[in-house]
Amino acid sequence: MAIRTFLEAIRDTLGEEMRRDPSIIVLGEDVGVKGGVFLVTDGLHAEFGETRVIDTPLTESMIVGTSIGAAANGLRPVAEIQFADFIFPAFNQIVSEAARMRYRSNNAFGCPITIRAPYGGGVHGALYHSQSVEAFFTHVPGLKVIVPSTPYDAKGLLRSAIRDDDPVLFFEHKKMYRSVRGDVPDGEYTVPIGRAAVTRVGTRVTVVAYGLMAHYALEAAERVAEEGISVEVVDLRTLRPLDRETLLGSVRKTGKCLVVYEDNRFGGYGAEIAAIVAEEAFDYLDGPVMRVAGPDVPGVPYNHVLEDWFMVNPEKIAEGIRTLAAY
Amino acid sequence: MTATEHLGAAVGLGDDQLLAMYRMVALARAIDERMWILNRAGRVPFVISGQGHEGAQVGIVSALRPGLDWMVPYYRSIAAVLTFGMSPREIMLAQYAKASDPSSGGRQMPGHYGGAAYNILSSSSPVATQILHAAGIALAAQIRGTGQVAITFMGEGSSNQGDVHEGLNFAAIHHLPMILVVENNGYAISVPSVKELALPDVAARAAGYGIPGVIVDGADVLGAYRVAREAVERARTGGGPTLIEAKVTRLTPHSSDDQQTKYRTAEELAAERARDPLPRFREQLATAGILTPEIEGRLATEIAGLVDDATSYAESQPDPDPASATWYVYAEDRPATGGGAG
Ligand SMILES: Cc1ncc(C[n+]2csc(CCOP(=O)(O)OP(=O)(O)O)c2C)c(N)n1
Ligand SMILES: [Mg+2]
Repeated sequence: MAIRTFLEAIRDTLGEEMRRDPSIIVLGEDVGVKGGVFLVTDGLHAEFGETRVIDTPLTESMIVGTSIGAAANGLRPVAEIQFADFIFPAFNQIVSEAARMRYRSNNAFGCPITIRAPYGGGVHGALYHSQSVEAFFTHVPGLKVIVPSTPYDAKGLLRSAIRDDDPVLFFEHKKMYRSVRGDVPDGEYTVPIGRAAVTRVGTRVTVVAYGLMAHYALEAAERVAEEGISVEVVDLRTLRPLDRETLLGSVRKTGKCLVVYEDNRFGGYGAEIAAIVAEEAFDYLDGPVMRVAGPDVPGVPYNHVLEDWFMVNPEKIAEGIRTLAAY
Repeated sequence: MTATEHLGAAVGLGDDQLLAMYRMVALARAIDERMWILNRAGRVPFVISGQGHEGAQVGIVSALRPGLDWMVPYYRSIAAVLTFGMSPREIMLAQYAKASDPSSGGRQMPGHYGGAAYNILSSSSPVATQILHAAGIALAAQIRGTGQVAITFMGEGSSNQGDVHEGLNFAAIHHLPMILVVENNGYAISVPSVKELALPDVAARAAGYGIPGVIVDGADVLGAYRVAREAVERARTGGGPTLIEAKVTRLTPHSSDDQQTKYRTAEELAAERARDPLPRFREQLATAGILTPEIEGRLATEIAGLVDDATSYAESQPDPDPASATWYVYAEDRPATGGGAG
């Protein structure tokens, strides 16, 4: 057991998996000699060489599109999109090609690729270095979408993602890279894709969150505990496929559900969670399914006052919990 | 030296190979024509055609090694996939969208060729995405040292997409064993190439990537073979990618849903017939004494039989089971009891 940062857990996993399986390559912008703009791939180039750790041109569609082709011809690419905000040039390759390859070929071809991308706000990244893009992809059958919140989960889920035979998007909140630390076991372990975790047990309100918001949800739960509100926190960890059992099990127990996400509120991933809970746990609900989410403006503004206004934080979540608990 | 030896010798092909290539052009044409008849008879809802492009496709693909190399086709690639190993029955199974269609099990529109048994990667509808898949296949071939070449095809309209730039750039940087074939038929549906391209030749763009760009008359089957053989040789020996532009003619409307008389004059359409690769190749081989009337008759009978067989076979095959429509979204979505694809 060792204490690792969120970033170190991801970096360790890439190295360990590349040592285990020579078909794994890493490709992206600046991932080689520099080790990535966040240094997630630092050291890989020195260890595995430029054949397996490829500094690509500044062309995201190419990063994903060639990964798809390389996967068809026997490799297992792990592509890095430098910021989630810049994944859109590759949207067509991800959605039209990677996601549909297995279905459209009737299982003749798969697409075992992992696409890693740092996402999220609260780091003075403004409109184009702060986005949460998961909802664009969770909508698409054929894709798997993972948003881990702890070093343990990041490692276990990234390993599962790399070994998975289908395309996986792996979103890493950049604010957590160095600020979040945790225990990571020494040996090889995996966290299965598609399983949520109850990270705090409670009785009155279920808070559903993922990524950075999973941490803020725990902080909010702690605050309202002092006021006598017992909160259960469900960290989804994988957004697609969704662990309905854990989600609905918790809501059926507490009778109240607050969904928290950092992305814009309208049409965000949490809207789907709210719909599922309303459809499948209606008889158990003692109040409306509610959301705390980012405001509906086109991006996180740069100025710190404006950024604070945008970002969901523990106090905003606590307010949401109080409102819902009062029903 | 006889005329026969002369024709084949120039490109290093024997008479049998020349006849096999002719047979392939004629077979692709015959299947294609049958597809239209089936469409007009209401038997199949959609046709997209390769008529006019077959000579370039057969010539170029004949330079590859089926079973080793990879192909990432597009919707006009009927002759290309036949040359690479697909059978007339398999083409017709796709045309009828039957469960055993190797391209997609009846899930995709006809013309979206793919087949794991032949190293033909599944193709989609958004144009030009496939060039990046070919580049990725070539990258894997280079890293794994397999000696494979990846070839991909598209139209000149599609060659304007951003993925083409990204793909050629990457393939050129890494000297990837990739060949891009642009089949320039002068139209993107109804839009003529003067409104698609500021230059007459797509091949001129190759210079911007530091790779060879070669133009070939698509009705010249042996010319197409020759430039492809050079490109394959270059790719296989570490010389990097080649852009081949084949000037072809589209003898049919864009698809069975298009009315090309709205944007092409009767004169133009009549004149384009002169660019048909099939009669040209036939004449070439006949003049050289390779294609005798007797051989031609035998081939015609064989091809008619193959087309009839493929049609009745495909028509008799089962449709996909609606219960299978949820299979293979993910690798773990498999039929409950055994069963293969379809
Ligand atoms: C991205 C995208 N946009 C539009 C279409 C619709 N479309 C299909 S084929 C085509 C024209 C393609 O022309 P060209 O590349 O010259 O190929 P050709 O059909 O002439 O062989 C268009 C517009 C498409 N399939 N994909
Ligand atoms: Mg065209």
